[in-house]
Amino acid sequence: MPVEILEDGRKRIRAPLSDDDVQQLEAGDVVLVSGVIYAARDAAHKRLLEMLDAGEELPFDPAGQIVYYVGPTPERPGNVIGSAGPTTASRMDRYTPRMLELGLKGIIGKGGRGPAVRDELKERTAVYMAALGGGGALAALQIRSQEVIAFVELGPEAIREMEVEDLPVWVVNDCQGRDFYTQAVAPWRRDDLLPEEFRLGAGG
Amino acid sequence: MGEVREVDAAEITRVVRDLCMQINYTVPQDMVDAVKRAREKEESPVGRQILDLLIRNQELAAEGEYPYCQDTGSTVVFIDVGQDVHVTGTDLEDAIDEGVRQGYKDAYLRASIVGDPVFERKNTGDNTPAFIHTRIVPGDQIRIQVDAKGGGSENKGRHAMLKPSDGIEGVESFVLRVVAEAGPDACPPGIIGVGVGGNFEFCAMLAKRSLMRKVGQPNPDPRIAELEADLFEKCNALGIGPQSLGGTQTVLAVHVEMMATHIASLPVAVNIECHAHRTGTKVI
Repeated sequence: MPVEILEDGRKRIRAPLSDDDVQQLEAGDVVLVSGVIYAARDAAHKRLLEMLDAGEELPFDPAGQIVYYVGPTPERPGNVIGSAGPTTASRMDRYTPRMLELGLKGIIGKGGRGPAVRDELKERTAVYMAALGGGGALAALQIRSQEVIAFVELGPEAIREMEVEDLPVWVVNDCQGRDFYTQAVAPWRRDDLLPEEFRLGAGG
Repeated sequence: MGEVREVDAAEITRVVRDLCMQINYTVPQDMVDAVKRAREKEESPVGRQILDLLIRNQELAAEGEYPYCQDTGSTVVFIDVGQDVHVTGTDLEDAIDEGVRQGYKDAYLRASIVGDPVFERKNTGDNTPAFIHTRIVPGDQIRIQVDAKGGGSENKGRHAMLKPSDGIEGVESFVLRVVAEAGPDACPPGIIGVGVGGNFEFCAMLAKRSLMRKVGQPNPDPRIAELEADLFEKCNALGIGPQSLGGTQTVLAVHVEMMATHIASLPVAVNIECHAHRTGTKVI
């Protein structure tokens, strides 16, 4: 089952994901990602889009899949991987619409996405999730295997097929256009302590 | 004038290597304490959960298998060379880069530097070159401070040449704007380094150097310390919180450094350090 709802309200997902699966994921949900995901960041995305422009076949089919924006540290002998937390997602904003066109359903990174990507997630029924930024050591423990499948010369930026088990993430942008960062911060803003330009006029 | 003391460049290489290897696994105690303080003060339950995870991440990294963060940074090296020191052997900067090369390889750290910014962007493979800041100072010692600076938070830094009439309110507004716009991307909670004054390039340097202070140590000038305290309160009032999931602890500290400036100028620079604050110092 691609989306499993746990007793404590968290959700466990496993690619491939359908539109119906994605629709069950809402901004603010805590999600445990299991199964196969694809690691790719800046340089790999640039190459993927160049391959698409050249009409070449990609090293993996994004349809229904989850991409993790990560460039791990080299693994120590005996370990599956090194430290492997998420990188800033907005740097991939320029590449994301093409990936979504190909049917990519889930993205894991950290930080906010631009309005164009948020619209596209809604349009294409896909979801953006954030992992613990800077929590690279903890993330490593959830990764069961990794294999470089393309662009080995990019080193940490090579594309990797990874198997993960219960990698915890938060749904930030769901397929209904919601943005969890905006929702989460507003109640904590202290308008009374801030210059006018920073006041939200909500909560606090 | 004191006698000239000879220091073998190999000693500098060894110190830089050891610092690179150490700081990427063991977060300095002042940072550990700052995260614990934030954990005690955080009012948001989700924020407290995040800070607990960061503390676990610190503990796990300190065991020595996994670096604290996969972005093991650009290597920023502050080196203060006593004017009575004569470095022998290889060139100073080569000695430092060799230390980075060895440290990043031996400690399984990520090579995160590309050789040029816009043409090939080919990874240099060993995290060199380091970003080296050298000062000649009195004495016969060499002080080396290494900082592994994460790219995500670095990208959120900003620099502005304000008008003198913008005054301290203008500085505050700029700092808050930078922190607000950085939001989740800079991996809050972190340290906000602010440079005010100097000229275009000195201002950025002030911001960077302010990050090298012990976390939360106030500026010795009480007027600047007051500005730091005020900015600290206001940054936290933004409500961004740990990982920008809402909360009262958006920043762990605000450090401000100032210097003289031109009659026409009010430069201000903000350099953000994420919670992966990895720095260490050694004196030769």
